[in-house]
Amino acid sequence: MKKVIAVLLMASMCMATLMGCGANGGGKQEVYVYNWGEYIDPEVLNQFEEETGIKVIYDEFETNEIMYPKVEAGAAVYDVVCPSDYMISKMIENDLLQKINFDNIPNAKANIGAQYYETAKEYDPTNEYSVPYCWGTVGILYNKTMVDEPIDSWSVLWDEKYKDNILMQDSVRDAFMVALKLNGNSMNSLDEAELNAAKDLLIEQKPLVQAYVIDQVRDKMIGDEAAIGVIYSGEAIYTQRENENLEYVIPKEGTNVWIDSWVIPKNAKNVECAEKFIDFMCRDDIALKNFEYITYSTPNDAAKALIEDEDIRNSEIAFPDLTKYNNLETYVYLGEDGDALYNELWKEVKSK
Amino acid sequence: MRNALKKLYITLILIFLYAPIVTLIVLSFNKSKTRAKWGGFTGKWYISLFKNDDIMAALGNTLLIAFVSSLVATIIGIIACIAIQAMKKRSRSIVIGITNIPMLNADIVTGISLMLLFITLGIRFGFMTILLAHISFNIPYVILSVLPRFKALNPSTYEAALDLGASPFRAFMKVVFPDILPGVLSGFLMAFTMSLDDFIITHFTKGAGIDTLSTKIYSEVKKGIKPEMYALSSIIFISVLVLLFLVNYMPKENKKGD
Amino acid sequence: MNKKILSAPYLLWSVVFIIIPLLMVFYYGLTDKSGAFTLENILAIATVEHSKALWLAIKLSIESTIICLILAYPLSMILAKLNVNQHSFIVFIFILPMWMNFLLRTLAWQTLLEKTGVINSILKTIGLPGINIINTSGAIILGMVYNFLPFMVLPIYNSLSKIDKNVINAARDLGANGFQTFLKIMLPLSTPGIISGITMVFVPALTTFVISTLLGGSKILLIGNVIEQEFTQTGNWHLGSGLSIVLMIFIIVNMLITAITDKDGEGTML
Repeated sequence: MKKVIAVLLMASMCMATLMGCGANGGGKQEVYVYNWGEYIDPEVLNQFEEETGIKVIYDEFETNEIMYPKVEAGAAVYDVVCPSDYMISKMIENDLLQKINFDNIPNAKANIGAQYYETAKEYDPTNEYSVPYCWGTVGILYNKTMVDEPIDSWSVLWDEKYKDNILMQDSVRDAFMVALKLNGNSMNSLDEAELNAAKDLLIEQKPLVQAYVIDQVRDKMIGDEAAIGVIYSGEAIYTQRENENLEYVIPKEGTNVWIDSWVIPKNAKNVECAEKFIDFMCRDDIALKNFEYITYSTPNDAAKALIEDEDIRNSEIAFPDLTKYNNLETYVYLGEDGDALYNELWKEVKSK
Repeated sequence: MRNALKKLYITLILIFLYAPIVTLIVLSFNKSKTRAKWGGFTGKWYISLFKNDDIMAALGNTLLIAFVSSLVATIIGIIACIAIQAMKKRSRSIVIGITNIPMLNADIVTGISLMLLFITLGIRFGFMTILLAHISFNIPYVILSVLPRFKALNPSTYEAALDLGASPFRAFMKVVFPDILPGVLSGFLMAFTMSLDDFIITHFTKGAGIDTLSTKIYSEVKKGIKPEMYALSSIIFISVLVLLFLVNYMPKENKKGD
Repeated sequence: MNKKILSAPYLLWSVVFIIIPLLMVFYYGLTDKSGAFTLENILAIATVEHSKALWLAIKLSIESTIICLILAYPLSMILAKLNVNQHSFIVFIFILPMWMNFLLRTLAWQTLLEKTGVINSILKTIGLPGINIINTSGAIILGMVYNFLPFMVLPIYNSLSKIDKNVINAARDLGANGFQTFLKIMLPLSTPGIISGITMVFVPALTTFVISTLLGGSKILLIGNVIEQEFTQTGNWHLGSGLSIVLMIFIIVNMLITAITDKDGEGTML
């Protein structure tokens, strides 16, 4: 029996040393960044590492909903994260973020347009927790050769003519936004009757939908796989470059104006490096590089002034004049019960 | 006629199995960045692949995890086999039952259960968590391919070696090991393949900033796979193919000489 | 030296990385957010969405298991009659595709099946009507059959090639025709292989979330998708664990079948 215990002890000791290797050794500076997929010019990361000597450990997520539990669980500790508006207010409310010291990020105030901080107050009322990175609208991308009439309304997504030619967004809030807007409701609605009506509308639409997608909409539209897709404005510029028959439109019923911003989680280990990283991202030449690579609208006015191509600088897609559109809104956090309600209804749609 | 039908049937199945693979190899020569469009022939992805640090890091992780996890699994597996062989029938079937769990359990449940374990233990998710997970699901493949070899073994040779004064370890290495070697190798290879191909369990046990090829591909699926990934997979596939042909045809000639 | 001590590392490993993790799933599944005992997460399977996702998963996995069996049995019979020396080569032919990443292989079917995809382009060129199964349950079944067919072929092939040729010859000599030989000799002797194949195909097909996501256009929600989303998106681990427990009932039934038919505990997979 003694022998058994000895072997057990030895084995457990071996395992303890095995596990110990997982911890970070040494005093090397590093920053853990958690960002959307394909949402940065990889060259920029290299440049940051070269200029500052800080190693970037970079990770990607597909939706805000996927990002949140990872940061909340604390299993993976990130120093900089790039969530969207409503998710930022959820994170603030649940005490997951720390206040950003803007003194250490001079470029944030110098280069980012004041109007974006104004909009940001909807989810970060004191402008203390987030630094805008990208913004845009959600709209309809359609293939001119595959539709007959000019498109200006979400209702086209319910047109029998386009059965199997429609790509819908596969995220709760965006899907419900489309239905709620079409019904003339607020996309932040918590009214059960309105939400049930939206749910019914989405269920009615399901047979017409070819697929629910997030970013695959890009490839599928380029490859003429579908006629109409719901897409983020930033992707529209890229897809138009690859397929000139594609056109982007903001529907007349209104849509979502979103901002993705850098935030620092409360449990961040390398706050100083995180500040340096965010400041770097706000530099005009870096923001310009990112804009040219990912084609999502930048709130960095200094970078916008550097864009040489006049067509892009004045592009209605990249930098729309928002005063021309009605019923534009930004998502707000709906609370735990609101989230649960949306998720429940969305599951009903998906399982139909 | 019957033979022709049989050949046709096998051919159809092989087309079914290999059509996607041929597609991927073709895509690796596609000039256009999106898989939706054929933009002409190019070999440039095979060059830019080696400059892509992300993919190279993911490849390194994948191979390292596959190698280390199958090696550790093989060692633990062989030791376990010796013990299982010496067990009484009842305890043996219990141990075999436990061994079967990871093989028969759904990957998603295995992945989730390990994720919950690591979170509870407070281990930071990363290379080590993936490695531990892979070792766990690899051990059964080793045991199930080594154990039959032990059963076929003649125990008296081992005892004879002991009687002739060999230490147990030496006797094992000299007498037993050569006999179980084919099982060990096939178990190792099986474990290596399983580790290489695993996505689901890695998906739940990986942490920040670490990717294997599988998780890297899954995150790229949403945005469109980078053509370098097709190029890399083609290289891996072709080299394994060549290796297998060599392994399969070389020893045959040797055997003829025997 | 007592050989049984040698089982310690493996047993310890099994307890830490197999048994305890499974107990954790049960713990999460049987508690709520405050840690109090509840059956709610397990009973949640009865809601319309969940039971539908489970039912659909069962239906699709049974269908693909049957298709795998129908495809694999004749194939294994043909293969088993080939030269015995080629045993390892045959195994490799079916293992080889695994060296191309599972996700890429499945994704390639998207390229093949799409409306403007490879197969439809070929059909169009030779003047045949196109097929439209991408983003339907048909495409998911195809993906399952494609990915899991080797798991059906290998065990059946193994059990068939182990049959002593003399037994078959004897049956023939005694006047049995081909069909009788098949029914009375081949089928009963290959039953362990068939059962092993069925369990190897059914469980992964039942629980997949990747194939349905990649080939079903996220329109078809299987129980695997629901569980995966509870863990990675909605963040309700208790519900996710509860549904996993329900799923495990099917897996346990499967294990029992394997245990009963595989009395030697050898496994017929390899």
